[in-house]
Amino acid sequence: MTHPGQVGLEILQLDAAAEIARIAAAIESAVLGTLRKKGVVVGISGGIDSAVVTALCARALGPGRVHGLFTPERHSSQDTLRLSRAVAAAAGVHAELFDITDALAAVGCYRRQDEAFRSAIPDYGEGWRAKIVLPSVLDGGYRVFSAVAISPDGREVRRRMSVESYLGLVAATNYKQRTRKMVEYYHAERLNYAVAGTPNRLEYDQGFFVKGGDGQADFKPIAHLYKSQVYQLAAALGIPDEVCRRPPTTDTYSMEQGQDEFYFSLPYEKMDLCLCAKNRGIPASALTQALGLSTEKIELVFKDIDGKRRTTRYQHLAPILVEDVPEISNHT
Amino acid sequence: MTVEERVRAFIADNFVLASSDGGLGGDDSLMDLGVMDSTGVLEMVAFLEQDFGLDIQDTELLPENLDTINAIVRFVGRKQGSK
Repeated sequence: MTHPGQVGLEILQLDAAAEIARIAAAIESAVLGTLRKKGVVVGISGGIDSAVVTALCARALGPGRVHGLFTPERHSSQDTLRLSRAVAAAAGVHAELFDITDALAAVGCYRRQDEAFRSAIPDYGEGWRAKIVLPSVLDGGYRVFSAVAISPDGREVRRRMSVESYLGLVAATNYKQRTRKMVEYYHAERLNYAVAGTPNRLEYDQGFFVKGGDGQADFKPIAHLYKSQVYQLAAALGIPDEVCRRPPTTDTYSMEQGQDEFYFSLPYEKMDLCLCAKNRGIPASALTQALGLSTEKIELVFKDIDGKRRTTRYQHLAPILVEDVPEISNHT
Repeated sequence: MTVEERVRAFIADNFVLASSDGGLGGDDSLMDLGVMDSTGVLEMVAFLEQDFGLDIQDTELLPENLDTINAIVRFVGRKQGSK
């Protein structure tokens, strides 16, 4: 029970059936109307967001107008492909597999990742697994990335990254999202389909996407929904239970990496509550009971939200022109 | 050059917003003004370690040490004094 003056997860509750109907109508209008395409390509990752987008597109256009893509790579979790297949089967959509490992190796993604990790951890080599992590925002310090690696014999090493190795690692790793998007647009053009984007509101607001990668799409049907709300839709759409129970992961590095240790300050349900409250002008002091945190700690999260908006703003910007081209801008 | 002059020169040369900003106050927050972001913190730490010969621990990456020019100058002074 929420105490007087306090708010909790109830502020994120929505009418799932009504929202599904609203989004389905918007998808139909966007794809068949505005975009004038015959269907949708959606990359299915085995995670909750792409599962919900797949089901929504199938609901909006019919399963026969949805083309799913599984694009695992060397570092994908062993569960990824199995869960992705379950998502496609539940939605009744056709999907095909294209392993992007060879493409990533050809552009040097893995080699460059290894070089970046080795520059931070000189022992890093064959058989090691690695990821990057951020300290908790609640510690009050600056959030700078560290490389974490495990040797083949189980020894864990953690080192702060230099700016060169950090930026090099991110750039190499982002080949993954950009390669996936290239494959999605290949199929979209082949079929005369549009490409669906799968970010939820937390990711969209906080810039947790790769420009030209998973940030690229023709429409983004759940970008207005907090992740907790995506889960509410998932339950109503019949998304497989195992997908709904899977902890959010980046599924990007050879060591498993939770979204909260890589990017967000708190687990998603708490981040959702902070973001939603901040957006509605609800003060940090009203969240202390639901989050189990002091007002001061919650204000650190609010500040982190503002910081991420500031540093990732460019990811949302369209290319900047010297002057407007009204013949084009008036029609977009 | 004094520590403050070297820090100011580094900020002006490396942080985009700072070069066109006129004068940064000694107590202006580099983060709140958008002068320094989390990547900038890494650059600042690398600069302080290399140019002043410091060994900065993760536990020292705190706003009270690095968020203003005056804080950085005090931090460098403390670190140099403890060597």
